[in-house]
Amino acid sequence: MDGEKIKRLEEKAREIRRHIIRMTGAAGSGHPGGSLSSADIVTALYFEVMRIDPQNPRWPGRDRFVLSKGHAAPVLYAALAERGFFPVEELLSLRRLGSPLQGHPDMKKLPGVELSTGSLGQGLSAANGMALAARLDGRDYRVYVLLGDGEIQEGMVWEAAMAAAHYRLDNVTAFLDYNGLQIDGPVSKVMSVEPVAEKWRAFGWYVQVIDGHNMKGILQAVEKARAVRDKPQMIVAETVKGKGVSFMENMVEWHGVAPKPEEVERALAELA
Amino acid sequence: MKKIATRDAYGEALVELGRENPDVVVLDADLAKSTKTIEFAKHFPERFFDMGIAEQNMIGTAAGLAAAGKIPFCSTFAIFATGRAFEIIRNSVAYSRLNVKIAASHAGVTVGEDGGSHQSVEDIALMRSLPNMTVLVPADAVETRAAVRAAAQIQGPVYIRLGRPGVPVLHGDDFHFEPGRAVTMREGNDATIIATGVMVAAALEAAGLLEQEGIGVRVVNMHTIKPLDEEAVIAAARETGVIVTAEEHSVIGGLGGAVAEAVCACHPVPVYRVGVPDVFGESGKPGELLEKYGLTAAHLAARVREAVTKKGRR
Repeated sequence: MDGEKIKRLEEKAREIRRHIIRMTGAAGSGHPGGSLSSADIVTALYFEVMRIDPQNPRWPGRDRFVLSKGHAAPVLYAALAERGFFPVEELLSLRRLGSPLQGHPDMKKLPGVELSTGSLGQGLSAANGMALAARLDGRDYRVYVLLGDGEIQEGMVWEAAMAAAHYRLDNVTAFLDYNGLQIDGPVSKVMSVEPVAEKWRAFGWYVQVIDGHNMKGILQAVEKARAVRDKPQMIVAETVKGKGVSFMENMVEWHGVAPKPEEVERALAELA
Repeated sequence: MKKIATRDAYGEALVELGRENPDVVVLDADLAKSTKTIEFAKHFPERFFDMGIAEQNMIGTAAGLAAAGKIPFCSTFAIFATGRAFEIIRNSVAYSRLNVKIAASHAGVTVGEDGGSHQSVEDIALMRSLPNMTVLVPADAVETRAAVRAAAQIQGPVYIRLGRPGVPVLHGDDFHFEPGRAVTMREGNDATIIATGVMVAAALEAAGLLEQEGIGVRVVNMHTIKPLDEEAVIAAARETGVIVTAEEHSVIGGLGGAVAEAVCACHPVPVYRVGVPDVFGESGKPGELLEKYGLTAAHLAARVREAVTKKGRR
């Protein structure tokens, strides 16, 4: 794989992380931890993998991305802005009255958002619906979806997992942002989801486990997933909550707390 | 009088719609034989998706289909569609104003023998509380067919409430259905019954009984609970001075609630709500249950008689 390309994507991911810090800092609230943990995956999708056209966000043949863990809205907004769906300056309006950048993604307010999410557990079902529509219309677009590890405690996720396998939706590729932390503490303590890979395999999915911060690994996993026929694919991405900011990494406290101005400065210095 | 269940009419209407519009798709949750979506499944197997006993995922999948340009109709029993999947309807469908139609059957106590666990008497209240949602409650087979067509034309989420047992056919084939526009089935000046769904037939019967006593009752068929035809409600309040609502639903939050809200704000007159009192249902034959909860023509007539007498004393 092209080393230059990987470097470019890694730099883009760093830029996305800087946006996440600035946005949540400016908003004074939001979810930096799970946004930072998924920044590499989202960057890979928006800047290398997906077939999209920012000038024509509703183009019927486009690939779709569903952010099922909707509280990671900052990472999606940063990627959309960097990709040209709307001006980067708008990022700082996050969570303000009248802003299209709602606390959780709203498809009616912001171009590029494929589904309004925020209430956990619902994104995979909708992704399946989009994938079924692609099949009915004879279109070859793919649907990517990002789930949180705490999120898969929602029963509806497993209803959707069953349905995707039953309908052989090989145009669905899901990522699990496995950072191991949720609001009340470690996922393993709150409500263990292990064995994760075996569960998805048992539900009929093609499963890979990867390092969710290795850009090359992410791209290779997507490539492998896309070659799979008759099965939906799950990429379990082992990640670090707060990745890239030393004082946020692996700290459950940074799930839903925004950095204060001096913390923004420290974080941006680390991400420079 | 000829009787047809609204769910049967729904099954037929879906097939017609499927023939005309290739974007119509249907989802069910293992109740296709009961909800009658089986008819669509027979004709268009590639556009029918049985989602198994998983109502939340059914609604969520429909949201995705709608986001990709399809017109999904989702069916199961009303209790599961609106109760089990409520928050999915709220957040994945209504919040995004996605073009999902929820056509739920076996609403109300006329489910009968299955009992209280299966008798949805809260669904209208739940659905009408959601922004962007249109709520249709057809009274007969003709109205059901029209409602299904109208729902497909509406851009956005629609809830259609359907019943299990056969109900009288009230309309001719020339019936014109307009969502949000109530139908005055009968004129009268002493009182108005505003009824919806299966209670429209009972209301007409009650009005016939009262006519013999010299009481003139207007009967308004409110097939659309949301958006409510406030004009028709206010006109009834102003011109007849008293309103009795009739629905096979809880007296809390349904048609009666909607009418009372409109009347209170615009032209206060007494509003009496006939419906299932604030209790859960139980097993029994549909007719026995309607009798038990006071959802019969005789009971309705008694309430109107009482209302007119009280009005005279005011």
